[in-house]
Amino acid sequence: MIPGIGTLTQDTLWCFSQVKGTIEIGTTEDVPCFPFAFCHDCKFPEACPDMQNSNVLPSGLLPSGQNKLGPWCSPTGSPAPLSCETGCGEGSWILVCRLLVPTQVSLLSMEEDIDTRKINNSFLRDHSYATEADIISTVEFNHTGELLATGDKGGRVVIFQREQESKNQIHRRGEYNVYSTFQSHEPEFDYLKSLEIEEKINKIRWLPQQNAAYFLLSTNDKTVKLWKVSERDKRPEGYNLKDEEGRLRDPATITTLRVPVLRPMDLMVEATPRRVFANAHTYHINSISVNSDYETYMSADDLRINLWNFEITNQSFNIVDIKPANMEELTEVITAAEFHPHHCNTFVYSSSKGTIRLCDMRASALCDRHTKFFEEPEDPSNRSFFSEIISSISDVKFSHSGRYIMTRDYLTVKVWDLNMENRPIETYQVHDYLRSKLCSLYENDCIFDKFECVWNGSDSVIMTGSYNNFFRMFDRNTKRDVTLEASRENSKPRAILKPRKVCVGGKRRKDEISVDSLDFSKKILHTAWHPSENIIAVAATNNLYIFQDKVN
Amino acid sequence: MFTRGLKRKCVGHEEDMEGALAGLKTVSSYSLQRQSLLDMSLVKLQLCHMLVEPNLCRSVLIANTVRQIQEEMTQDGTWRSVTPQEAGRAPLDRLVSTEILCRSAWEQEGARPAPGLGDGHVQGPVSDLCPVTSAQAPRHPQSGIWELDSPREDRGGFHKSLDQIFETLETKNPGCMEELFSDVDSPYYDLDTVLTGMVGGARPGPCEGLEGLAPATPGPSSSCKSDLGELDHVVEILVET
Repeated sequence: MIPGIGTLTQDTLWCFSQVKGTIEIGTTEDVPCFPFAFCHDCKFPEACPDMQNSNVLPSGLLPSGQNKLGPWCSPTGSPAPLSCETGCGEGSWILVCRLLVPTQVSLLSMEEDIDTRKINNSFLRDHSYATEADIISTVEFNHTGELLATGDKGGRVVIFQREQESKNQIHRRGEYNVYSTFQSHEPEFDYLKSLEIEEKINKIRWLPQQNAAYFLLSTNDKTVKLWKVSERDKRPEGYNLKDEEGRLRDPATITTLRVPVLRPMDLMVEATPRRVFANAHTYHINSISVNSDYETYMSADDLRINLWNFEITNQSFNIVDIKPANMEELTEVITAAEFHPHHCNTFVYSSSKGTIRLCDMRASALCDRHTKFFEEPEDPSNRSFFSEIISSISDVKFSHSGRYIMTRDYLTVKVWDLNMENRPIETYQVHDYLRSKLCSLYENDCIFDKFECVWNGSDSVIMTGSYNNFFRMFDRNTKRDVTLEASRENSKPRAILKPRKVCVGGKRRKDEISVDSLDFSKKILHTAWHPSENIIAVAATNNLYIFQDKVN
Repeated sequence: MFTRGLKRKCVGHEEDMEGALAGLKTVSSYSLQRQSLLDMSLVKLQLCHMLVEPNLCRSVLIANTVRQIQEEMTQDGTWRSVTPQEAGRAPLDRLVSTEILCRSAWEQEGARPAPGLGDGHVQGPVSDLCPVTSAQAPRHPQSGIWELDSPREDRGGFHKSLDQIFETLETKNPGCMEELFSDVDSPYYDLDTVLTGMVGGARPGPCEGLEGLAPATPGPSSSCKSDLGELDHVVEILVET
């Protein structure tokens, strides 16, 4: 079975796997809804912190007849993982620990850095569940797919790890559990300009694993940080100069010497910042990309691209600079950039005018002159005052093979062959029904939304997001496409996602939704595809959905 | 938004002139739409959330849109003044090709007031700067219905809109309003300085802000004043030509 296109006789069926995140106010489902399940008789009421705290949910949200609330219990009432001391039963979902776990109930969670600030001003406060800091701003699988990292607007990074598949649970493919949580960036204040620097994580990129630890780059608008995530399951005991609590011993009292030994301890996952790459960008960083030499990476802002060496934090090379001498002449900015997956001298960057430039770093130190220039001629019949805005490229991605690049502009996804610069080889309409609504979308600023796009592992399927929590997949070989929705109504374990359809005009069929009913505040900007399997992660505002293909 | 100085149509004459006006109406409604788009873009450029640095990409795209409209209006002859090199340059087909301006969306919106989302967006940041300006929230569909006059009105309308935006601001520099109309040499309302003003931030920072601002700007000292003084500073950037 080829990932992404199924067998020759059937399409891939996507089904729900997990959802992590906060619940929105106003959800009034009567059935137990994720992540809250309403216990009929919770087996561990004394351990469930919310049993004592009756302020967690307004009573209006509880289905009638229920007055007990057990967020750690699965829908059937049996305890889920990460519940209290005795909890070890099966649950098919897990909440994001950082939001709900009070410090005393965290034995099975492997995080060290529980963010008490988050606990204090989030969920547990009256009625404010989905805070803006929870909005997921980036999603990325690592190179093996074992880890999945998310960054949010509050500057936090949450890493999920796929659990090992056990032989007696064949039907449950490895699910993702929280592995580590840490605060990557803090809000800063630029005193010179009297402006805040947001802590929102714009991008996360993993480094390929070279030893037992995991490394990732995370960036906000101004600063890139290299984080090391490592496990510790042993600790040294038996020091001579300090006792078990770490207090220094008086040397005069030491009569014998012993050799410290390593003893096993509870697994601890710690994240430490190993490098901080700061003060190199005047404008907002929109992309980072790790080079295939694994020694360098680049960071791109609106007008410049810098090349860094991982070991050197106080210098970077500027390799692209499109800032005009006179800022009054500025008409174009850089919107995304990426290194070629195999050729460490090649990279591309996209612009707000819908062009892509491919540069070779061997040509000159400053790559202002491109090697290749990709631009599609404008379609005169579709020209309007919004043409330029909707042609602005929001994301550019190399295929895994390195032969193609994919670009996302407001209404389409395009695939380009590196050997053909004058037009893309494939164009897919994501939501063409919005073409007649551009004026309204300009007015409410939705036209400036930056959607990302991803390839699947075999480069045969591409995926991107849309509004109303819809996301689209396009099969490049069969030319078929599907629209799916990430919503809690469809969030039953292994429930198969039903294709959605937007009706443009005329008679609306039963399951269709009309363009005017679309919710433009529910946009899917960030998605990720497992590097080798049919597992996708979809970020819908403050919820992370994981979907897998159906296992027979 | 455009409640000042509007000409009312003489109701009785409509039936007689309908035929003649029909052609004129489609052209003027396009001009009105274009005008409204221009005004909306100008408002967007001004109303940046000033606590966090404005999004440069967004500002550039909006400014390019305004420039595009500006160019077209110049070729139309509806711009305030036309420099010799512009006159007669634009081929007619270019005008025709830009006629698509989401008519259906406008017609839909004309039936109801401006969307709440748009209003909320406008009012939020504005309230930080100047509460009075919230009255200027775009009601373009309705105002558009009233303004069915010759292109000359459009040109005047443009300056009226600028006027509208600025007139209610408490300006510490009374000469600023005269500056708006005093300049006759420079052809365009200089959007480049608007963009520069946005790029540099309303508070002048280091190099970027200073190089973009023309010499006549008050300089870094204005950043020490209140928000209103900052807005005044923005005004001065905008009228700088």
